[in-house]
Amino acid sequence: MRALRNAGLVTGALIVGAAVAIALFAPLLVPHDPFAQDLSRRLIPPFWMEGARAGHPLGTDQLGRDYLSRLIYGARISMLIGIATTIASGLIGIALGVAGGFFGGRVDDAVLFAITARLSIPLILVALAIVSVVGSSLTVVVMTLGLLLWDRFAVVARVATMQVRNLDYVAAAWAAGCSKGRIVLREILPNILSPLAVVATLEVALAILLEAALSFLGLGVPPPLPSWGLMIAEGKDYMFFSPWVIMIPGVALFIVVFGINLLGDGLRDLLRTGRVA
Amino acid sequence: MMLDFLARRLLVALLVCATVLTFAFVLTRLGGDLAISIAGPNATAADIAQVRVAYGLDRPMPVQFLEWVGRAATGDFGQSFFFKEKVSKLIFDRLPITFALGLVGLSLALSVALPLGIVAALRENSWVDRAISIVALFGQAMPSFWLGLILMIGLGLHLGWLPISGTGSWEHFVMPGIVLAFSAIPALLRLTRAGMIDAMASDYIRTARAKGLSRSSIVLKHAARNAAMPVVSIAAVQLGFMLGGSIVIETVFALHGVGFLAWESISKNDFPTVQAVVLLLACIYILLTLGADLLNAVLDPRLRAS
Repeated sequence: MRALRNAGLVTGALIVGAAVAIALFAPLLVPHDPFAQDLSRRLIPPFWMEGARAGHPLGTDQLGRDYLSRLIYGARISMLIGIATTIASGLIGIALGVAGGFFGGRVDDAVLFAITARLSIPLILVALAIVSVVGSSLTVVVMTLGLLLWDRFAVVARVATMQVRNLDYVAAAWAAGCSKGRIVLREILPNILSPLAVVATLEVALAILLEAALSFLGLGVPPPLPSWGLMIAEGKDYMFFSPWVIMIPGVALFIVVFGINLLGDGLRDLLRTGRVA
Repeated sequence: MMLDFLARRLLVALLVCATVLTFAFVLTRLGGDLAISIAGPNATAADIAQVRVAYGLDRPMPVQFLEWVGRAATGDFGQSFFFKEKVSKLIFDRLPITFALGLVGLSLALSVALPLGIVAALRENSWVDRAISIVALFGQAMPSFWLGLILMIGLGLHLGWLPISGTGSWEHFVMPGIVLAFSAIPALLRLTRAGMIDAMASDYIRTARAKGLSRSSIVLKHAARNAAMPVVSIAAVQLGFMLGGSIVIETVFALHGVGFLAWESISKNDFPTVQAVVLLLACIYILLTLGADLLNAVLDPRLRAS
């Protein structure tokens, strides 16, 4: 079973590693310009279907843009949104959670209240409304999701801080006359990082899925950027005749999110067994 | 003790409501001048000024806010800009559809998650358990709108079993219900498994074993019942999330519930409707969690003390 569990972790790490590499080196990997339209080459099917053409292994979209190139650039957008959103929401959530867990009392009441209020706000609806009111762009999507997705960070950071707060080495730091800021930054934060790393992994996956959903509904990343969600939206009109237009970006989305979750779960198991040992 | 807990919990619920109320108001004012977006792209300065007066947007913000809160408290959310109807009527007409979808989704999710969670717990760390956890990961990674489209192609177009979109009959709820269930299965499954593992390791199960009860009786009558309790209360919370998340699914399937209404009003800049739906979904969620907390407190007296 141990081997199976590690297999999950390794598979996840491989998928994530590949996705990051594709995102980083996208300009070197693409066979064509992902934005170049060619209306004489619209909706060419991918290589496993009849009518495929050399040079377009995954075919072309409704504007004649090379699908493989757009898919590769799409990895860039997904990873960028996933990571940037997680950094933003992580900063908010960890700050709130650590403050609540460290100070307790009124501060903790306020933090708990903020978490409760945040959870009661319908996530997708509000994200859509904000993007629609402010205008859609990559930055707006990251900021919006960052401002909405901090709850899990806050919950985990708060509980972890409470567990660490009363341990001996923190008491020792108090006794040595360290300031509150120093205790939080030097003693508490480093010791709650591992559960937060697990949350961060899972949040990246969630942010990627949410961006895809927002872009699919037309209120995420604006065209002509090749977001996978947007590619599915643009292919929707053709899906009954050419299902591959929505299959290809959807499978890419699924594999990346699956890989990230596999990695996150693997990390969690690893940390859990590590703690027992 | 119980009353104290009740009062505190109610107070928090009310405060959260008030926070969401403020949030919903600020939300629609984020983009600057509402009158410009209502009047549309071809409006002249005079049109915009007229819109501003007609909708009361010329008055100071605090006055607008207080008036809105005062009316919202009595269930009056004003007139929809786009549908030319009362917002409360619009929502009321469509609420049953969203609730029906939520209930179909939740029942499907529970009927998959409970048995799988129990089996996974009984065979903890076996290949069955691993396979079931892969199922959970599958559900977690599946983009709901994409799954919806695939079902439309497969079950709708190729097999012709179910209608592709619309609201006409019960059949219209099957595909959206499956998609919605997918999003709730992972959380419910993990919770059932964890609850069941705890229950099987507890003292009362050892007692039941010692009494020589049959395995099926131990699992079903003793362990499953105790493991189900947290699942039921989470299910209530999950239903709240589902109602909020139904916006994507209702839009994909053109199912005319509250989520579809929200989507339409967002794309038409119909801010009274957007505000009202945000508030309504938040209040439903608050009520559901309140209910779940109270239920837990009644079932488990230990929680009341903390």
